[in-house]
Amino acid sequence: MSAWEHFLRTFFNAEVMAKYLPDILRGTVVTVELAALIVVSGIGAGLLLALIRSLAIRPVNWLIIFVVDLFRSLPPLVIIVLVYFGLPSTGISASAFVSTWLSLALVLMAFAEEIFWAGITSVARGQWEAARSTGLSFGQTLIHVVLPQALRLTVAPLTNRTIAITKGTALGTVVALHEILGMASSAVSNSYNPSPLMMGAAAYLVLFLPVVVAARWIESRFAWKR
Amino acid sequence: MEEIVQSFFNAEIARAAMPIVLAGLLNTVLLSLLVVPLGVIGGLILALLAQVKSPAVRWPLMGWVDFFRAFPPLVLLILLFAGLPFAGLELGGFACVAIAFFLNTGAYYGEILRAGIESIPRGQVEAARSTGLSGMQTMTWVVLPQAVRNVLPDLLSNTLEVVKLTSLGSVVAVPELLFQARQAQSVTYNPTPIVMAAVIYFLILWPVVRLLSRLENRALAGRG
Repeated sequence: MSAWEHFLRTFFNAEVMAKYLPDILRGTVVTVELAALIVVSGIGAGLLLALIRSLAIRPVNWLIIFVVDLFRSLPPLVIIVLVYFGLPSTGISASAFVSTWLSLALVLMAFAEEIFWAGITSVARGQWEAARSTGLSFGQTLIHVVLPQALRLTVAPLTNRTIAITKGTALGTVVALHEILGMASSAVSNSYNPSPLMMGAAAYLVLFLPVVVAARWIESRFAWKR
Repeated sequence: MEEIVQSFFNAEIARAAMPIVLAGLLNTVLLSLLVVPLGVIGGLILALLAQVKSPAVRWPLMGWVDFFRAFPPLVLLILLFAGLPFAGLELGGFACVAIAFFLNTGAYYGEILRAGIESIPRGQVEAARSTGLSGMQTMTWVVLPQAVRNVLPDLLSNTLEVVKLTSLGSVVAVPELLFQARQAQSVTYNPTPIVMAAVIYFLILWPVVRLLSRLENRALAGRG
C-alpha cells in the first residue's frame, strides 16, 4: 500500500464516513438551528438596546454601556462555561443548547448594539432637528429618517461580526453539545479514525463558506463612501 | 442570596484557588505575546502577497482568506490536535494553538493590513520610488507606517479578539486562565474560580473595549 493510499484510508475512510454520516448530519441540524436562533435573537436584542439608548435616559444608558462592554470583553467560551457550570448552583439548570445559545446571543447583542449605535450617531444632528421641525415625532424621525441611513452603514460590519460569532457554535462542544464538532469528536474516539473530523470540517465549510463569500459581496456593495 | 454568594463569590474557595488562577493568567499573557505577533506576521505576509496583481496569486489568496474566515478556530485547533496524530505527527496542545492562530488570525490581520495598504494613494509610492527608494524600502518606510495608522482601530479590535480567543487553549490542555479556573472548579465543585477568571478577563480587557468604542464612534461620526 502506497503512502497516498494509506493517507486516504486514514483520513477519508469510506466505511467510517458512511457509518458516521447520519451523526454528522444530525450535528449539522443542531448547528444550523443554534446559529439561526443566535442571529435572530442577538441582532434583535442589539437593535432594541440601541433604540432604547437613543432615548437618552442617563442611568439606563450607563447600564446598557456596561452590559455591552462586559460581553465585549469576556471570551465567549468563558461565558458558555460560566452559564453551563454556574447556573445549576442557583437552582436554574440550562441545557448545553440553551447555555450556548444564551451566551453567544448575548455576545452578538453587545457587538450589534455597538454597531447600531455607531450607525445612529453617524446621522448628523441637523437631520434630527430638520425632521422634528417638519412636525415628525421622535419615533417617526427615528424610523423614517435616521434608521434607513444608519442601517445601511451597519450592514458590512454587522455581517462580519455575525459570522465570527455564529462560528462560535462549535464552542458548544466544550459543554457536550451535540453539534457538528461534538458529533465528529465522539465519532473519532469511537472509530479511532479521523475521517469523521474531516466530514465535520467539510460540513462547516459547506455552511459558512457561502456566507463568507456573500459577505465579501455585501462589503463591496455597502462599502462606506469616503 | 446567601446561596448565590456561597457558590459564585465564595471567599474561602477564592483564596485557595488564587495561586492556580494567577498561574493561568501568566500563561494567558505569555500565550498572547506569542500568538499576536504570529498572527500579525501571517497577516503581513498575506497583505504583501495581495499587492501582487496577478490572478494566479490573487484568487488562491482570496480562497485562503475566505477558507479561514469560514472555518471555526476551535475546529481548526481540534483538527490539528486530534487529527494530526493519525498522520504520525503529535504536536502537543501548545504547538497546535500556535499553528491554528497563525493560520486563523493571520487571515483576519491580513484583510485589515491589505485594506490599510490600499488606503495609501498610489502617488506616494511613485514619489517614494522616484526619490530612489527601492520597492521594499518604500513599503517599509512610506506605505506601512501610514497603512497601520489608518487601520489602527481595526488592528486593535482584532487583537482584542485574539487575546479572548486564547481561551480556546483550555480545550487542548494548555494551562491558560480558563483551563486553570476549570481545574480549580472541578476540584472544589464550586464555580467561584470561573467567576474569578471572568473578572480577570474583564478587568484586563475592559479598558481596551472602552478605547475601541471611542475610536469606532469617532471613525463613524466622520462619515455619515
